[in-house]
Amino acid sequence: MAIRERLSGNEAVAYAIKQINPDVMPAFPITPSTEIPQFVSTFISNGEIDTEFIPVESEHSAMSAAIGAEAAGCRTLTATSSCGMALMWEELYVAASNRLPLALALVNRALSGPININCDHSDSMGARDTGWIQIYAENNQEAYDNFIQAFRISEHKDVRLPIMICQDGFITSHAVENIELIEDDRVKAFVGSYEPEQYLLNPDMPMAVGPYATSPYYMETKMAQNTAMKNAKQVILDIAKEFEEISGRKYSFFEEYRLDDADYAIVIIGSAAGTTKEAIDELRAEGKKVGLLKIRVFRPFPGDEIAKALSHTKAVAILDRSEGFRAGGGPLSAEVKEHLYDIGASTKAVSYIYGLGGRDYRVDDAKKVFAELYDMIENGIEIPQYQYIGLRK
Amino acid sequence: MKTDVSKINEKSKWQDITPGNQIYGGGTSKEFNTGEWRTSTPVLDEDKCVHCLLCAPVCPDSCIPVADGKRLAFDLEHCKGCGICAYQCKFGAISMKEGK
Ligand code: SF4
Ligand code: SF4
Repeated sequence: MAIRERLSGNEAVAYAIKQINPDVMPAFPITPSTEIPQFVSTFISNGEIDTEFIPVESEHSAMSAAIGAEAAGCRTLTATSSCGMALMWEELYVAASNRLPLALALVNRALSGPININCDHSDSMGARDTGWIQIYAENNQEAYDNFIQAFRISEHKDVRLPIMICQDGFITSHAVENIELIEDDRVKAFVGSYEPEQYLLNPDMPMAVGPYATSPYYMETKMAQNTAMKNAKQVILDIAKEFEEISGRKYSFFEEYRLDDADYAIVIIGSAAGTTKEAIDELRAEGKKVGLLKIRVFRPFPGDEIAKALSHTKAVAILDRSEGFRAGGGPLSAEVKEHLYDIGASTKAVSYIYGLGGRDYRVDDAKKVFAELYDMIENGIEIPQYQYIGLRK
Repeated sequence: MKTDVSKINEKSKWQDITPGNQIYGGGTSKEFNTGEWRTSTPVLDEDKCVHCLLCAPVCPDSCIPVADGKRLAFDLEHCKGCGICAYQCKFGAISMKEGK
């Protein structure tokens, strides 16, 4: 029987870590992810798990130690947010290009400046091209479920890439919600033990990790890395199917909410999907054909699948919770539009920015977006291709 | 398993590159001929050399082999031509000549 509980997002992820009992966790505290290493340390002090906790002096060190431990052959993870991740920048690339399947519990928070501790996705979106797999959660349940699946995806022999499990700072990380946990023995059986083929502490096969590669090797190495990211797509689906068998909960690249027959859709990542669903239910009750596509997997980007799922709609609004500073919208909108173009969809797409630095996104905001899409198509009213939601002007 | 590093070279296809360029097996730096980088080369004057052996430990690439209390010829496959040995030799037994 599944365990019914009430946990915050940080507690949920810490609980998943406890059930996985990883070998090593180097970490440095930063709001709003601090609780994760704090809870894990408590589990260790209480003798509930035997993870080696390394209290490092910075996030740069946290990711460096994680890389070292993972290369040595240990199942390793860390947690961070915002500027903490920014300080890991160099190592994020090193972890991915050295093909080290470690995990990062990322609690999304705005980047400075102005300094701000609240939620937006500028940290992980900035790291979207570092070569990490990125999976996002709408709520605590998803953060927990995604974390249980993380190592199965990243350690898969066709993948071997680091994985970032993201949840919205405070909104998800600190809000307590009902949650269904899976029994310890079933989680352990599902996750299994880490058996790397090659690792530094293997006395039978000495090895070197991270050698210098001159230009005759570099591009071939990148293609191999990108192919691993491509392989991750199938692995993510396979692991989701296995996960459904132990949990009863279904996961894929994205969730389609009342999208089947929708004329207008919103594409969004994270907790704001819940708010959008509420708006959709209210508008559906008025007979309006509106729907949602909630991205779960952003890296690898399931672009063709997203475009196909949206292609029957008249118009979509793509909502980014981070500024791209390309003076034309955020990263999600750029990528969704690219794939809509690739498949020759006639769907009109507009970009919006919302929720920066923890700005509220309300049911009425989502309704207003749907109303603008409707006006653009049905009444021929021109709307800006790129605008901020809830901006004072 | 791609464990034989000597099979990976500048003609290898991307499919044959090890994940993350990891190199399997010990002592593989021998296969890497850093001597190719050299633009100047140490030359030993046997007559001046007193076999004090002070040049051998200062070579950053371990290119001055020693046997039975005597230094042997330079390992030019790995010598990068840095000139540290020539600077170190107080007997003027090593000079640097331009080129390989
Ligand atoms: S330092 Fe000079 S004299 Fe001494 S062993 Fe080397 S080459 Fe010979
Ligand atoms: S030139 Fe440099 S690398 Fe070559 S033998 Fe002398 S010290 Fe060693």
